[in-house]
Amino acid sequence: MPAASTAEIVVEVQNLEKHFGAFKAVAGVSFAVRRGEIFGFLGPNGAGKSTTIRMLCGLLAPTAGSGRVAGFDIVRETEQIKTRIGYMSQKFSLYDELTVEENIDFYSGIYRLPREKKAARKDWVLTMAGLQAHRRTRTSTLSGGWKQRLALGCAVLHEPPILFLDEPTSGVDPISRRQFWDLIYTLSGQGVTVFVTTHYMEESEYCDRLGIVYRGELIASGTPRALKTEHMAEAVLELDCAQPNEAMAVLERLPEVKEVAVFGKGLHVVAADPAAAEPAIRAALAAGGFRLDRLERIVPTLEDVFVSLIEARDRTAGAQQEFSR
Amino acid sequence: MSPRRLWAVARKESLHIRRDPRSLILAVGIPMLMLLAFGYALTLDVDRVPFVVWDQSRTPESREFTARFTATRYFEFRGAVDRYAALEQAIDQREAMLGLVIPPDFSPRLAAGRAVGVQAIVDGSDSNTAGIVLGYASAITTTFNQQLALEQVRRLTGLAPAPALDLRTRVWFNADLASRNFIVPGIMAVIMGLIAALLTSLTIAREWESGTMEQLISTPVRASELVLGKLLPYTAIGLANMIIAVLMAVYLFEVPLRGSVPLLFGVGMLFVIGTLAQGLLISTLARQQLLASQMAMVSTFLPAFLLSGFAFAIANMPVPVQVVTFIVPARYFVALVKGIFLRGTGLEVLWADAVFLAVFAVVVIGLSIRKTRKHLG
Repeated sequence: MPAASTAEIVVEVQNLEKHFGAFKAVAGVSFAVRRGEIFGFLGPNGAGKSTTIRMLCGLLAPTAGSGRVAGFDIVRETEQIKTRIGYMSQKFSLYDELTVEENIDFYSGIYRLPREKKAARKDWVLTMAGLQAHRRTRTSTLSGGWKQRLALGCAVLHEPPILFLDEPTSGVDPISRRQFWDLIYTLSGQGVTVFVTTHYMEESEYCDRLGIVYRGELIASGTPRALKTEHMAEAVLELDCAQPNEAMAVLERLPEVKEVAVFGKGLHVVAADPAAAEPAIRAALAAGGFRLDRLERIVPTLEDVFVSLIEARDRTAGAQQEFSR
Repeated sequence: MSPRRLWAVARKESLHIRRDPRSLILAVGIPMLMLLAFGYALTLDVDRVPFVVWDQSRTPESREFTARFTATRYFEFRGAVDRYAALEQAIDQREAMLGLVIPPDFSPRLAAGRAVGVQAIVDGSDSNTAGIVLGYASAITTTFNQQLALEQVRRLTGLAPAPALDLRTRVWFNADLASRNFIVPGIMAVIMGLIAALLTSLTIAREWESGTMEQLISTPVRASELVLGKLLPYTAIGLANMIIAVLMAVYLFEVPLRGSVPLLFGVGMLFVIGTLAQGLLISTLARQQLLASQMAMVSTFLPAFLLSGFAFAIANMPVPVQVVTFIVPARYFVALVKGIFLRGTGLEVLWADAVFLAVFAVVVIGLSIRKTRKHLG
């Protein structure tokens, strides 16, 4: 996105850290998000995604480091930030015993929507979430997808320029998830900056840019395409063969092969030198009596990148630990 | 502070109350039940004390003596016994609290002007009541003695001497000395305080537990708007509670309400708002409903019951405990309620108590606002 590269930076942090006692939930993270971007934070549970998003929203004070959101300091100007953001926490956080309409009314009061705008915004949320027929329904009885869209609607009632979504689609069916992302695209198209955390690989492909977080650190960032092509030193070979589980054990023993993982009904083999690995694989499978249907080098998926980055990280962390002993 | 946001919070909170029937029952039903239970059960009056007599004398004089007991409302004759064992049994089985033993030579000795020993056996398992019963018994005996002495003098001298001293008692404010008259206003204070703190102790903790607080603090809403917005609907419930309590006190328990009704409700609202704020403060500190409700109960009920002076006189407490009572808002409210109900006094006497309640409310509201942090962790 060449246009975005010149756009103004609306979220940026430097060496952000958050410690809970001896535990470093976030251990020195730096990044910047431009206006209108959909920036994804991808990482396993406990990687520090929610902690980061909470610090950006002014809900948690960082232990160290600095950051600005919409031009305001995340330590000193949290209340100014709160007027300019929408936030959806991981847990559904609207009032269950209130109706759809009452929840919307409550937040439009909290955000002090001008009277003339109130009705229009409410209609917009109801339409967007597909809840026109359910405006008097208790929120507790809504399905997961509806709740999610209503929560999003309440978070953007005041048309904030920046939106923070913490694992917004966890526990939602695939169709609702797709609908939810359509809404995010619509908002992004209107110039809203979206910062979203996820641990779904396929979801992270929807982002303009991604940061991969692991154990409190940002271990790579870039567009999904760049991550797949630039951040993987090794090549990935995809193969279909008979009895993949047994074949995996054979392939793992080859010196040319770094790792093997089941992927769909086939296998993904990571190898530093694909030219050497390919004949070795063919020979080993033939020797073991496995029928090989297909073997080709592919562009790695985000999952390949993710797994390889994390394993590289664990190896260096392990080595450091050895050294420090 | 934005009135719009405050109103949004108040409206939302009142919807919660309406949607949750349990909280409404807690808010209105429990105080009525408690007032009924305490109003009827908690009586410190000792009257109609059951007693038995072993009259070994069986003379007009001994019957006259026994009649003195039955004539008052303090004693109730439960029958004559003819053996010591029967008297013992009556007391053991709690059929009687007092047993009188009149000796066989009762009349002759009286006639001869010699001292007579009448035995009174009292069930001392409730020492307080036993003391009161003995007091009644000795008062009756003293009067009986005096009359005997007067008659003797008259018989001997033909003159009717006036008794030397005659104490004319008059009890103010509670002419019948009915303990209900001061217990009901006191228990009103205890219950209103308990319910008020319990109700609000759940509100902020519930939002922390359900995760809605995290959403709320990501908005521009201010702590003051949250605290005051949450206080508003509960103040209305507190007022409703007080109306019910006052109506029950006046019409059911027939406690005289001699003072100003607007003043009563004015100070009542000060007390309720202060205690509601105390519940909010607890809620915001505890962040857990169970813990918060227990803290609310302990911090309101116990001091209000023990240290407010409603059941136990503050002047009789050890000095360190007396000092503690100065920070118990119920102490001031009990003083106000008793003053307004029974004595009919107004602010000219009670202003200091009212000022304390107002200060308490303002301080606790301020503290709850300060402690309602818009931060996690």
